[in-house]
Amino acid sequence: YAWDVNEEYLFKAMVAFAMRRYSSKTTTQISNVLLCNVTDRVSFWFVVTDSSKNMTTVPGSQVEAAIRMNRNRINSAFLLSDKTLQFLKISSTLSPPVEPSTPVWLIVFGVVLCLIVAGIVFLVFAGIQQRKKKNKESTERENLEEKGEVTKTIENGIPCETLDLKAGHINGVFAADDERFTSL
Amino acid sequence: AGLAEHLQERRQDGAAEVSAREQDMEKSRPLWDNPLQFVFACISYAVGLGNVWRFPYLCQMYGGGGFLIPYIIMLIVEGMPLLYLELAVGQRMRQGSIGAWKIISPYLCGVGIASVVVSFFLSMYYNVINAWAFWYLFHSFQNPLPWAACPLNSNRTEYEEECKKTSSTQYFWYRQTLNISPSLEASGAVQWEQALCLTLAWLVVYLCILRGTESTGKVVYFTASLPYCVLIIYLIRGLTLHGAVNGLIYMFTPKMEQLSNPKTWISAATQIFFSLGLGFGSLIAFASYNEPSNNCERHAIIVSLINSATSIFASIVTFSIYGFKATFNYESCINKVILLLLNAFDLEEGSLTADNLSEMKDYLMATHPQEYATLLPQLKNCSLEAELDTAVQGTGLAFIVYSEAIKNMEVSQLYSVLYFVMLLMLGIGSMLGNTAAILTPLTDNKVIATHLPKEAISGIVCFINCIIGLIFTMEAGNYWFDIFNDYAVTLSLLLIVLVETIAVCYIYGLRRFEKDLHTMTGRKPNWYWKVMWAFASPLLIISLFIFYLTDYILTGTLQYQAWDATQGQLVTKDYPSYALAVIGLLVASSTMCIPLGALLTLIRKRLKRERVSTVA
Repeated sequence: YAWDVNEEYLFKAMVAFAMRRYSSKTTTQISNVLLCNVTDRVSFWFVVTDSSKNMTTVPGSQVEAAIRMNRNRINSAFLLSDKTLQFLKISSTLSPPVEPSTPVWLIVFGVVLCLIVAGIVFLVFAGIQQRKKKNKESTERENLEEKGEVTKTIENGIPCETLDLKAGHINGVFAADDERFTSL
Repeated sequence: AGLAEHLQERRQDGAAEVSAREQDMEKSRPLWDNPLQFVFACISYAVGLGNVWRFPYLCQMYGGGGFLIPYIIMLIVEGMPLLYLELAVGQRMRQGSIGAWKIISPYLCGVGIASVVVSFFLSMYYNVINAWAFWYLFHSFQNPLPWAACPLNSNRTEYEEECKKTSSTQYFWYRQTLNISPSLEASGAVQWEQALCLTLAWLVVYLCILRGTESTGKVVYFTASLPYCVLIIYLIRGLTLHGAVNGLIYMFTPKMEQLSNPKTWISAATQIFFSLGLGFGSLIAFASYNEPSNNCERHAIIVSLINSATSIFASIVTFSIYGFKATFNYESCINKVILLLLNAFDLEEGSLTADNLSEMKDYLMATHPQEYATLLPQLKNCSLEAELDTAVQGTGLAFIVYSEAIKNMEVSQLYSVLYFVMLLMLGIGSMLGNTAAILTPLTDNKVIATHLPKEAISGIVCFINCIIGLIFTMEAGNYWFDIFNDYAVTLSLLLIVLVETIAVCYIYGLRRFEKDLHTMTGRKPNWYWKVMWAFASPLLIISLFIFYLTDYILTGTLQYQAWDATQGQLVTKDYPSYALAVIGLLVASSTMCIPLGALLTLIRKRLKRERVSTVA
């Protein structure tokens, strides 16, 4: 929106409103607020006069305090913010960031940690159970062999199983020899 | 004739016994469910963080689009042959790195041990990156993102000192993530938040390697493919960002004069070498779980091509993000200058725009010379090239630059989560390879494997690494991280791969290796591979090695970048003597393994021969 006389009127009204709220006096009128040096940038100086005290200006500190108290009302009247409506010498206190009681990251961390630990525990136990089952199976097979119930593959009259597991063994000399191939 | 036949029969029997023993080993050796798992595992290992954060930097520094020429040449000359070599060795010997090199020649067991030591160093510090990625990921679930704005100081009047001097993303990285100390000497305490994230990272790695190839094989489906999905999403998003085109143009305009700079070629060779992860023993470990008839030549070509393509793809994404960030900063700078001038000269809103800024500046200088002169020091010269020129690599790129770009996008939480999940996938994929390189030789060793189950060995390795990794979570941890990152693996790897290539070509014999490959896969390696293995790659590695050595010697004292909180930027400092000692120890402990291993084998053989002779 363009800055014209009506906006200036609104500004004077807001400052008067701020002064009334701050000092709880109902005597400040719009005519008590004076604007001067209005530029194209839309920047200007303003003073507030006190009609009860013979047109002397209200001290700057009081005006500053009044505006500081009602800053957000003034801002919203003009649809502006602290960044776009700047009062020189009145620095705005920055709003603190919202901090929840437990930091959010810890919550997410906790969730992920529980999932991972659950996965690990599950896999470890599954592995242990699998190993127990395999041990049981191999002892069962050994028992069945002794009872002679498992069909044995025979080679050269010697059962393959015994060749592999018990009686036969791989020729360790050949395997342990470091130089498997005769060097050329 | 009879004797010859008899001898031949004996040899055939011997061969049958050898193959029976191999089948005996085969029975117990776990295998990949299908060749696709193997390819995915290699891709997941090779495509790591280096593709995302090192290649774009190199591209920018060494001539933009022109850098692709030395990169592709080095890929064909160095990358593919060496990758094929390692995969073939692993597939043939069917053992981890220690066992494989022991089979090639017993004097080379030191090479395998050096690989394991280097992998151990790498896994110690690499998982810290995953811890940081977890930290950022968990912090992405807030609105606004915590690195989007500076925190306030204690009396809430303005922003924190340190954050004002630098940017909010840098502040978040250096202060709130690392809580970095001003120098290496000031160690500080362990940051409990980082320690928690590190523990979580190691638990995740343990979960993935717990069951060996069973679990690893399933996990690599995700770690290999998910980064590509995220990269595609980022590519689409990045290309549609405002100002992305600036970054892309800047990156891809080739600066051909850089081709005459030897550093360009050396960087290309180094990048290919380290990007593929050669020499760690991971590729040997992965290939050892293959069927012997696997066509590793084709897989080597596929993996190296995909790795390089991913680098180029990732750099397109990175440069569109760079362009966006640079344009955003440039426009903010221009806006700040405009605001300053408007306020100072009380001009009407909208009279100064980016287009007429320079003319208006001249006009103002002419009409109000004194005020303009007083204002001059505050008027920064905004330049898009200067913003684009800030080439960053490493953790700075991944965590600072990207988070800065993400905070300016809409729906920044979503993009942040996607990005850090991608970083995690890349990092965990590489960690799987590293831990495989350590665990495969351990589980192959009969002594350890009979006493401890696979799960316990993995658990112990992860636990030890986690405890040692707590060093990197201290306040000075990032400086130690840089030490490990720069010095722990570079020289040792070059030496290891050099010895590997020479061993296979000259000690084992190129003809014997060729015959092994023929019996194993059914095809002979091309003359091209043989020439590369025998001549080109060793020469290249030797020249890289010499270059690095001379570089280290010429630079004299080693220096590092320390974060100065008072200035809000990095300053260069010298390493203290004990840090130099640690560096020397890191390099020595891995490289000395090779000659020590040969020496020990020599001594052991001599003792055995003496014992045999005395017994006889």
